[in-house]
Amino acid sequence: MSISAYDAGQARAEFSTPIDAAQPHGIADWRVRVDPTGGDRTPQAGKRPRLQWSDLVLWLLPLPLVLLLVLPLVALGWRALTDGALTGEGSAALREAMALTLKTSLLSTALIVVTGLPLAYLLARREFTGRRALDVVVDLPIVLPPSVAGIALLLAFGRNGVIGRWFAEAGLTIGFTTAAVVLAQCFVSAPFFVRASAASLQRVQQDLEDVAADLGASPWARFRTVTLPIALPGILAGVVLAWARAVGEFGATIMFAGNFPGVTRTMPLAIYSAYGGGDIATAVILAAALLAAAGLTLGGVRWAAGREQR
Amino acid sequence: MTRRGPFNGKRSGTLVLIALVVLAIALLSGGAGAESTGWPEACGNASPESATPRAHEAAAVPFPTEGGDLTVFAASSLTDAFEEIGDAIEADNPEVSVTFNFAGSQTLVTQLAEGATADVLATADAASMAMAADAQVVTGEPQVFAGNVVVLVVPATNPADITRVADLSRPGVKLVLAGPSVPAGRYAREAMCVVSMTAPLGWLEGLKGNVVSEEEDVRDVLAKVQLGEADAGLVYATDAQSAGDAVIAISLPDGAGPMVHYPIAAATDGDVALAAAFIRYVRSDEGAAILRAHGFLAP
Repeated sequence: MSISAYDAGQARAEFSTPIDAAQPHGIADWRVRVDPTGGDRTPQAGKRPRLQWSDLVLWLLPLPLVLLLVLPLVALGWRALTDGALTGEGSAALREAMALTLKTSLLSTALIVVTGLPLAYLLARREFTGRRALDVVVDLPIVLPPSVAGIALLLAFGRNGVIGRWFAEAGLTIGFTTAAVVLAQCFVSAPFFVRASAASLQRVQQDLEDVAADLGASPWARFRTVTLPIALPGILAGVVLAWARAVGEFGATIMFAGNFPGVTRTMPLAIYSAYGGGDIATAVILAAALLAAAGLTLGGVRWAAGREQR
Repeated sequence: MTRRGPFNGKRSGTLVLIALVVLAIALLSGGAGAESTGWPEACGNASPESATPRAHEAAAVPFPTEGGDLTVFAASSLTDAFEEIGDAIEADNPEVSVTFNFAGSQTLVTQLAEGATADVLATADAASMAMAADAQVVTGEPQVFAGNVVVLVVPATNPADITRVADLSRPGVKLVLAGPSVPAGRYAREAMCVVSMTAPLGWLEGLKGNVVSEEEDVRDVLAKVQLGEADAGLVYATDAQSAGDAVIAISLPDGAGPMVHYPIAAATDGDVALAAAFIRYVRSDEGAAILRAHGFLAP
């Protein structure tokens, strides 16, 4: 058991009363400290030294990076406020694309959680032949360019695809339907959820579950009352990541699902269509709307996580 | 036992509840897909833009001896022909290097207007070129250098058994068009409007209902048909030719297809000498022969 000095005392105290050990802050803090998605919820947050003059050199190198990250977004916001014009047609397109994006991304996320959580548990907690291979396969879409995802999906689920052919024979085509959008979103965003959840589940200490088992908790009860609550912040972070990736899915959708208003034209495709159609003003507004939604979501999640932590 | 840890007890229940409500709202919102848009207001008054056909130049002007890098923004239907023209120019002028950016004409104009730099712009219609002129990204009088026609393409396997344009309104046909702001999409809509005037009542409505995707670029329409994902698409005759045996091309009824004209102009910020030499080459006999070989018509 490796718990660093700062909360070792706390942890020891908790382990002397094993059942409670699952809940209070010692364990949660320890987990969050190593949680790469934990951000500013680290326990050191309160003890961080203030900026110092000697930090100046630390600022010089990342400055271009910070500018690179911030400037385009500022430019987008500025252009939207000053030059972005939304015609009646544009606002209809915005509503339609927003509704479709929300619908498809939430559906994809729900599907991913239902199917991905058991997978994450298996990957984190079981040893089986092919586990490593499965681990790699699950991670692959993260590093694949969207165009590869698009082609691969076409070859699998397209009308002449390996599986799509059977569907077509049964009179079902996936291409050009909202279902294709959901498939594409699931393909590209599932890894983010499975990865985050598996990592989170893996960090739940086996001892705690063993103790619960000794006390007579059934496997399901152990998972529900011990494992899941401890792993939940990481799992929720995975949900948000996967959802955000689904909202942003573009390449695989446009190649595999097509581009039609209300059916397959999600926000990213609507932005591309407005841009390609020479309607920069609308493209800017749509992009700014998506940026605002993303910012509010991330900010909201951070805020909620911070509140829960306190 | 009391639970004080993160995300458990009542709070997690509330979170799940909120998530479910949001999901339900999302699933219920939105609704049926919109109709294919961008069709001419009243079908039939769609007249092809006037463009002055010009005679080919007798001979190509030489490229500047010091050479240089030439960047050409061209409509995606020009892809194969222009790449061959580029190779020919590079073979004759080793010091010149030609780079192409192929995309939908509208996209090219947008890119130039947003600050992309090029030496030459070639679009698939006069309207896009006029927008480029309005945005002051091209200079001088655009020259029409080639023509084209719209054809119907179906996959070689012809899954929907389409043999003529009239079949396009049959229920269940998956038709792919270029978007309404893409020249190929505009031409296709004009052509279908003309066809509809001699078609049974409701034919055009049936066809509009069959449009499953509006692509940003005519080559994307071709790709969807080539892959067999779509049952039919409307592209240029030259695109159909470039796909070879993968697609079957079906001509539109006489008089239905608008004449497609390709204007070319020098970009405002480009290298004037290189741009002029490229434009001359495209309009020369050598250039015309390459264009002709790829199925383009004389302007």
